[in-house]
Amino acid sequence: MITTLFRFKGGVKPASHKDESAQVQITQAPLPSRLVVPLRQSAGGTPLPLVSTGRRVLKGERIGAPEGNFSSAIHAPTSGRVVAVELRMLPHPSGLSSLCVEIETDGEERWIDLAPVNYEAETPDTLRNILRDAGVVGLGGATFPSHLKLKPGASGCIETLIINGAECEPWITCDDRLMRERADEIARGIAILRHIVSAGRVLIGIEDNKPQAIAALRAAMAQAEGVDVVPVPTRYPAGGERQLIRVLTGIEIPYGRYGTDFGVQCFNVATASSVHRAIDLGQPLISRIVTLAGNVERPGNVETLIGTPIDALLKLAAPRADTDRTIMGGPMMGFTLPRTDLPVTKATNCILAASPALFPLQGDEMPCIRCGACTLVCPAELQPHELYWFSRAKNFGKAQEYGIFDCIECGCCAYVCPSNIRLVDYYRFAKSSMRTLEREKTAADAARERYEFRTARDEREKTEKAARLAAKTAAGRQAAEGAGAVKAAVAPAATAFAEEKPLAALDERKKALIAAAMQRVQSQMAGVQPKNIDNLTPEKQAEIREIEARRVKVRELAKTPPDEPV
Amino acid sequence: MANSPHVHLPISVRVIMLKVLLALVPGIAVYVWFFGAAILVQIALASAAALLGEAAMLRLRGKPLSLFLTDGSALVTAWLIALTFPPIVPWWLIVSATFFAIIVAKHLYGGLGQNPFNPAMVAFCISIIAFPALMSQWPAVGFTDFAAQMHVIFQSQSPQDAVTMATPLDALRTQLHSAAARATVAGILGSHATFGNIGGKGWEWIALAYLAGGLWLLQQRIITWHVPVAFLGVLAAIATAFSLANPDSYAGPTFHVITGGAMLGAFFIATDPVSGATTPRGKLIFATGVALLTWIIRTFGAYPDGMAFGVLLMNLCVPLIDMRTQPPVFGHKDDKRGDDKQGGGTP
Amino acid sequence: MLTALLVMAGIAVVLGGMLGFASIRFKVKGDPLVDKIDAILPQTQCGQCSYAGCKPYAQAIAKGEAEINQCPPGGEEGIRKLADLLGKEFKPLSAEHGVEKPKQVAVINENACIGCTLCTQACPVDAIVGAAKQMHTIVTPLCTGCELCVPPCPVDCITMVVVAETVETWKWRYPVIRLKEQKEEQKGKQKGEQTA
Repeated sequence: MITTLFRFKGGVKPASHKDESAQVQITQAPLPSRLVVPLRQSAGGTPLPLVSTGRRVLKGERIGAPEGNFSSAIHAPTSGRVVAVELRMLPHPSGLSSLCVEIETDGEERWIDLAPVNYEAETPDTLRNILRDAGVVGLGGATFPSHLKLKPGASGCIETLIINGAECEPWITCDDRLMRERADEIARGIAILRHIVSAGRVLIGIEDNKPQAIAALRAAMAQAEGVDVVPVPTRYPAGGERQLIRVLTGIEIPYGRYGTDFGVQCFNVATASSVHRAIDLGQPLISRIVTLAGNVERPGNVETLIGTPIDALLKLAAPRADTDRTIMGGPMMGFTLPRTDLPVTKATNCILAASPALFPLQGDEMPCIRCGACTLVCPAELQPHELYWFSRAKNFGKAQEYGIFDCIECGCCAYVCPSNIRLVDYYRFAKSSMRTLEREKTAADAARERYEFRTARDEREKTEKAARLAAKTAAGRQAAEGAGAVKAAVAPAATAFAEEKPLAALDERKKALIAAAMQRVQSQMAGVQPKNIDNLTPEKQAEIREIEARRVKVRELAKTPPDEPV
Repeated sequence: MANSPHVHLPISVRVIMLKVLLALVPGIAVYVWFFGAAILVQIALASAAALLGEAAMLRLRGKPLSLFLTDGSALVTAWLIALTFPPIVPWWLIVSATFFAIIVAKHLYGGLGQNPFNPAMVAFCISIIAFPALMSQWPAVGFTDFAAQMHVIFQSQSPQDAVTMATPLDALRTQLHSAAARATVAGILGSHATFGNIGGKGWEWIALAYLAGGLWLLQQRIITWHVPVAFLGVLAAIATAFSLANPDSYAGPTFHVITGGAMLGAFFIATDPVSGATTPRGKLIFATGVALLTWIIRTFGAYPDGMAFGVLLMNLCVPLIDMRTQPPVFGHKDDKRGDDKQGGGTP
Repeated sequence: MLTALLVMAGIAVVLGGMLGFASIRFKVKGDPLVDKIDAILPQTQCGQCSYAGCKPYAQAIAKGEAEINQCPPGGEEGIRKLADLLGKEFKPLSAEHGVEKPKQVAVINENACIGCTLCTQACPVDAIVGAAKQMHTIVTPLCTGCELCVPPCPVDCITMVVVAETVETWKWRYPVIRLKEQKEEQKGKQKGEQTA
């Protein structure tokens, strides 16, 4: 079958630098003495911790429960003991902290009881749940939970499954090595994915600068029907999901829609491999392949447990002396790590040691001369210079009108900008500001509505009360009219007085009660230690600890940031 | 802390401007060949004035001198001024025009990247309105005596008729407009021994050299094809239509395309990114507008060449053109985006 | 002379008629100004402006009874927006109405709560749940941080805590400021080197 290729507009061709790390086989990173596993490792909410300090865990044991449908489970990468469940800095451009589980490894690597399933005998729903519980997320970098991507969308079915082996970012070779060495794993994963969505056609897109990977996958896929390994032209960002779908099928998926709405869905090759492990072997996603490259003596790829400290990996690659910072991800979209003692997460596809010689800092920012270089390379076909103006002027409405949310932050525009404008920084600023404003607006609207409802309720209660009072008074007056003129003059006043007095008395009583309560509380506050915790069974105590651990998360909001953003 | 992308093309505003200057060199060389070294003096004067004005304004505005003075944008403006002015205008005119371009047309609007009008064309239009006689003094072909040229430039003497002459465009306009002459295009252009057969002796070769430089800029991806193609195409088309209808009163397409500032304008002036349209369709509309205005002013207007006015008038329309010609975004090809854009104004 | 007068008078009558017609035909119902002002106000409902809530303050501004600088939660940005909307001069936040603070939420110390319901009555947005003699708690996502529940609490068990930035709510910084800071840093470094 010959597939006609389409092309996406724009794109750039930065020097690929892939040879350095693509030459050597994937090695196993040594087991570190401690692992820090962030609970928040995928798009969507932060999973709730299931373990507390002191708990022994087995390799592959679930330690974070998916919260809602939008997150994915987290597992202990190895066996050992939980030594902390607390806020730790994440490998994230913000340098902010989130809840992490620290595990002291015991070196035994004792697995939980693995429960492989025969995928052909299972329904797609069961398989999707297994993937969610196995913590399988997109390993291309966006870490979108895979089970969500496998749900059929508006189009009802997914006809074409696209497997992304393009790996367009310079320097990164983890998918390349994976395809070369473990094509059979990928093939099995593809078979499962295909079974779940019952796709008729599978297109595997690989950039044509990886001939060995193409050959390996072609060999592994030789038996499968309706599967095509398609070499795609090497041009950054050909590995962008929307760009690859466009190249292979001609379909353009706009911002805010998913491939499933158009009958296509795209998975990374590494994701396919982890799907295979989750279903065929029952192993959750607890490790990934990370490219170590850049300004290092021994570039290469290592398979490493999630939670391994990045500096331990860097040591394996031996950074050269003039390394001044470390980048997580590729040079086009990666971010500078605030520190190197942060853990590897499911999103860590590459650790780049950077030196001023290798990645020189940009020159001074000059004014935009509207030269149009950015518009020529924008793969989203935007007008980056216009977006720059609007973002800079904080004219967010206009920026949105000109499609700022269609921007995939690939960095092509900033790569070619002759004025050295940090264009993507402006877009990130505008986008995150707009999201914040949107959140604030939603909150304000809710508050307004609730306030108005409350005011209306108060109003209603007041009128109802007044009506009741009026009715009572009227009844009293009628009675008084029957009794005589003099009494009639006194009665309402008396009623009112009678009504007032108990109220006042009530108030007194209430005050006394409150005073008593205050006394109690003061004594309580002096020794805030909760009662009834002596003579408890160990299980009960463990339960309390677990509850406390959960409370930590609830209080996350209420804490001042322990680390200032860098 | 640097954010992504961490790699960049080794390109800068300076490189772009230097390439534009380089692309002008063949034209200047041919210019010198036909009209003597006076143009070099004018370029030097304009460049000095531009750098001086730029430095003064940068200082006043508190901008880093080392960064902006060397970006080459002032030099491009200066060279374009020198190349559009007659090479024997008095020195004070070119210097003050350059000052005006840099200080008023560029920096008062916010400097590099902010000027809504092409500074060189502002200088040209101001000068031709203020000093129409001086701005129409073009050297006769063969007047290449450097000393005599310097005399004209620096002594501010009016040159003798022997050394100046009207450009073909000027001649065409004045003679066709004088009812008594009953002249025809062919008659005027053919009668004068010094006019070439196409666009005026000397000028046609200079124009071709500009064309060569412009094609190199295209090849270097400094400019896109839209503006030159649309400008020259529309100019040629309208000239063809009218000259076919009445060859005696309207000059043909080759003449229009080769003569005056057409070729320089097509590749170096109308392609100015700062004051021009940026969308592909916008560039076509912009260049079409410039071409139409150029032809109309050349044919019916009071000034011999309409390029400068055409560019300035179209500069005025650029925000509107850009706004209305936003190309569809990836994935939104079927949406009616153009329609949302006019409606969805935000405060 | 007479014709001119007549013509002018005629034009005046016609135009006046058109204006009158337009004012009836295109009458805008309600008071959009109040709604526009209310949309700018942060809806904290804290009453620091000395009105009962954001809407009453908006009405007072629209009537010209209140200044635009009485809303501490809205802060400087809010005042700027109001100034823009109403075409007024920007004024710094009036000190007597309070100071701008980072966004806070109320937290009840659940061990100390006596269940008096005084705070639930004070809460303008019904963000506190709890019945008499039962422990109360704040529904954090609904809390506007107005602080109105703090003074009524007889046991002082309500504290205001600043909402910390999380990875989800984190915002990229404005790049222009960042560049300026970088320059200042460089300057600082140079100075440091010089002194060293």
